[in-house]
Amino acid sequence: MSPQEDRPVPDNAEPKDDGGGSPTRRQARATARQDEVRQENEVETAGGEIPPPAAPVSAASRTTDEASEASLLERVMTGNALVAFLSVVLSLIIGGLLIALTDPEVARTSSYFLGRPQDLLGAAWSAASGAYIALFQGSIINFEADSFSRMIYPLTQTLTVATPLICAGLGVALAFRAGLFNIGAQGQILIGATFAAWVGFTLHLPVGLHLLLVILAGVVGGALWGGLVGLLKARTGAHEVILTIMFNYIATNLVLYLLTTPGFQRPGSTNPISPQLDSTAVYPLLLGSQFRLHWGFVVAVVATVFVWWLLNRSTVGFELRAVGANPSAARTAGINVNRGYMVAMAVAGGLAGLAGVAQVAGTERVLTSGVAASFGFDAITVALLGRSSPWGTFAAGLLFGAFRAGGVTMQASTGTSIDIVLVVQSLIVLFIAAPPLIRALFRLPAPGAPRSQRRGRSTNRTSASTGAAA
Amino acid sequence: MKLELIGITKRFGSLVANDSIDLVVEPGQVHSLLGENGAGKSTLMNVLYGLYDPTDGQILVNDSPVTFKGPGDAMAAGIGMVHQHFMLVPVFTGAENVALGNEATRTAGMLNLRETRARIREISDQYGFDVDPDAVVEDLPVGVQQRVEIIKALVRDAEVLILDEPTAVLTPKETDELLGIMGQLKADGKSIVFISHKLREVKAVSDVITVVRRGKVVGTADPTASTTELASLMVGRSVSLTLDKQPAAPGETTFRVRNLTVHAANGQRVVDDLSFDVARGEILAVAGVQGNGQTELTEAIMGLQDHVSGSVTLGGDELVGRSVKQIIRAGVGFVPEDRSVEGLVGTFTVAENLVLNRYDTAPFAKGLSMSPTAVDRNAGEKIAEYDVRTQSASAAAGTLSGGNQQKVVMAREFSRPLELFIASQPTRGVDVGSIEFLHRRIVAERDGGTPVIIVSTELDEVLELADRIAVLYRGRLMGIVPGTVSRDVLGLMMAGMPADEALAQFDDVRGGNL
Repeated sequence: MSPQEDRPVPDNAEPKDDGGGSPTRRQARATARQDEVRQENEVETAGGEIPPPAAPVSAASRTTDEASEASLLERVMTGNALVAFLSVVLSLIIGGLLIALTDPEVARTSSYFLGRPQDLLGAAWSAASGAYIALFQGSIINFEADSFSRMIYPLTQTLTVATPLICAGLGVALAFRAGLFNIGAQGQILIGATFAAWVGFTLHLPVGLHLLLVILAGVVGGALWGGLVGLLKARTGAHEVILTIMFNYIATNLVLYLLTTPGFQRPGSTNPISPQLDSTAVYPLLLGSQFRLHWGFVVAVVATVFVWWLLNRSTVGFELRAVGANPSAARTAGINVNRGYMVAMAVAGGLAGLAGVAQVAGTERVLTSGVAASFGFDAITVALLGRSSPWGTFAAGLLFGAFRAGGVTMQASTGTSIDIVLVVQSLIVLFIAAPPLIRALFRLPAPGAPRSQRRGRSTNRTSASTGAAA
Repeated sequence: MKLELIGITKRFGSLVANDSIDLVVEPGQVHSLLGENGAGKSTLMNVLYGLYDPTDGQILVNDSPVTFKGPGDAMAAGIGMVHQHFMLVPVFTGAENVALGNEATRTAGMLNLRETRARIREISDQYGFDVDPDAVVEDLPVGVQQRVEIIKALVRDAEVLILDEPTAVLTPKETDELLGIMGQLKADGKSIVFISHKLREVKAVSDVITVVRRGKVVGTADPTASTTELASLMVGRSVSLTLDKQPAAPGETTFRVRNLTVHAANGQRVVDDLSFDVARGEILAVAGVQGNGQTELTEAIMGLQDHVSGSVTLGGDELVGRSVKQIIRAGVGFVPEDRSVEGLVGTFTVAENLVLNRYDTAPFAKGLSMSPTAVDRNAGEKIAEYDVRTQSASAAAGTLSGGNQQKVVMAREFSRPLELFIASQPTRGVDVGSIEFLHRRIVAERDGGTPVIIVSTELDEVLELADRIAVLYRGRLMGIVPGTVSRDVLGLMMAGMPADEALAQFDDVRGGNL
């Protein structure tokens, strides 16, 4: 009998030696914890006369010593919502400190800090708050504007910028759920944008049909680029991280090359830039010509609903999630794991392609090699912050869209470098990737531990009393 | 050395893992701790070994109280522990492993293993361990690795040896050898704390048996007590250890395996030219020591192995070369060996796991769209029918106990009409109460006319369930014998003796009456 099941273990055991110790100690401790958990779970009941005990332990708290790379990834990708939120808060606080530190006024007042400390503190406060107010005004509502449309203009900017982030973020999140670390959104966006742009400026079709074909071409382009990674992984066992990174390089340089060929380069231009897309090929503006917001945002909302349905309500999603959570069990249950990888990467690529469409048929209207900006990489962050759930990714996409849109205003009106936004974004990722740090800072309990303890107690009591009655 | 535990209580938060446990280990005594998984045996031993601080209570060594700050203190006091999963560095030699942690060094920190080697030889000779100090541990059989562990404790002058489920990984022969070694150690004045849930072994070797249930000592038993008595004490209610099973009524032979061979990735034949049949309404048990091709055999039938040659037919249809899904659709139910790795998706809900291989069929799916209502309804029915103890159908399957996880797997496999049922290690890591239940379901499936294959490394389980027993050794079939065959014959076959020779050997002994 080998009680070696990979079961979740609560962190409430308190061995004396917490410095890691020898492998012997660690293993012994793990065994002891398992034993203890088993006791908690397996509330021994007098032969089935007792109602089911309730002693679940949070599945997130798997701390067996076989914690593999996969489960670490899983933990990072599907972490606690509270941790995600607090990561954002903490990053903003640190960002504020950095803004204050780099402010020239703060630097000036610091020279006589001992004499009049209030000057320094005041300057620091006004630098940080000024920057954040500008960030807010640039991304949500500009309450100093004279007309309503001017007032909500920043919000529409946020939604516009968020559109490609959401689409590509959904692609990364979907792949994550299938256990694939898709770094390749950047390349998938580029190829999707290339396909879409080509259809957009080469074909001349009636209104409606043209845009539809543009969208389709973008999705197909991204899906091919992503699906190729899935195919290579399934056929050769190559790791998707290496593949997607390489595919990003290939895509970037392929687009650069294409833009020098007659099929893509704007006639009469020597710059690597494509002709303008036909007016029939671009997303109509959603709120009129005052705003840049286009129908691509609606497509992003539809894509979010689609991904939610796909993951949670479709057989395909069931397969993908099973493959992502436990490939061996999926295979044993008759699920084709390799096909799962291909489908996941193709759909992920298609979603990234949609982000490419949002760029070429939404905001840019031409194809350049920089059309994907850094959306493909930000998408990873977005999916991470959104904990790989469709609506989480949607929300995270909005937040990052706001950062981007507001960052420009912040730089213009307060002189705070837009790079601070990048710092805040990076800090968010850092904190999400290190949940113990956030937990320690905010004194949150370790996952599962106290809750399962509480439940364990009530369970024990219930079953004990029922047992006595029975 | 006399060891006393007085009123040991260990709480983890609100959970009481040990509730004022008293235990006295006299010198030269084998003291067995009997209890189910999770009864608190290991926690108690970790308290004794200095890994945990007891919440309350006292440890006395030779009547004087001691406190252990860590395993180092426990070892210094003469307590040694052999863990269930060996704490050896596989690529080190026996001597290096034994030296690890208190290495003797020469000048400039050069390792001096000569002394360690000598000590190993000395101990090895004294107890007949037959351990070569210079052999690399990973090349040694499991039984010998375990002796290296015991030597590790003895080198540090252990007077009390704690053996945590030592027989779980051993063949019957190795188990007997270990029980012999325990006898010698006892004769030499060492005390042994033997942790186990295998009643037969406990009875064979113990001087005193202490039964632990839910963290409490529920009784002390004499080794002469009957197994039924011990089991009832352990589980807390009367347990019928013998399965109420009618003789098989084999029907038509629908499942045939012919010349099945499986090659491992390294080209080795892990299943070597197997041929056997299973009829409707009979249970064929596949016995053998872990790692003799049983896993590969079941996986080959399920289409989970590459490099398979030969033929597997079910009702006349060839299964080799078909996909796993097609084989499942053909009506093959499969309970894999390691339920947490192959049987369940731990992060999925119980409800999802109950449809893990039927999610895309009616009524759970229409086209691509799944019906959560149907999935939940199915879960409600199965949880009630199989008495799965879970907080709800939407609890993650990984939070369930081993027995309940296995019930989920079984419930899923039995919930469609089967043409063949295969279960690998159906009750591994499952509490005694659930074992009984699972065994009854398997026999019920047989009585319903399904051919059943059970793979088990536990002889007790094999003998209890089997109508016929096939023994595998290094991927080859040693023969198929009736389910009523003696344990000794099986033991010989599991060690590589063909069935006729093994039977003949016992024919000689018993005058040809089997």
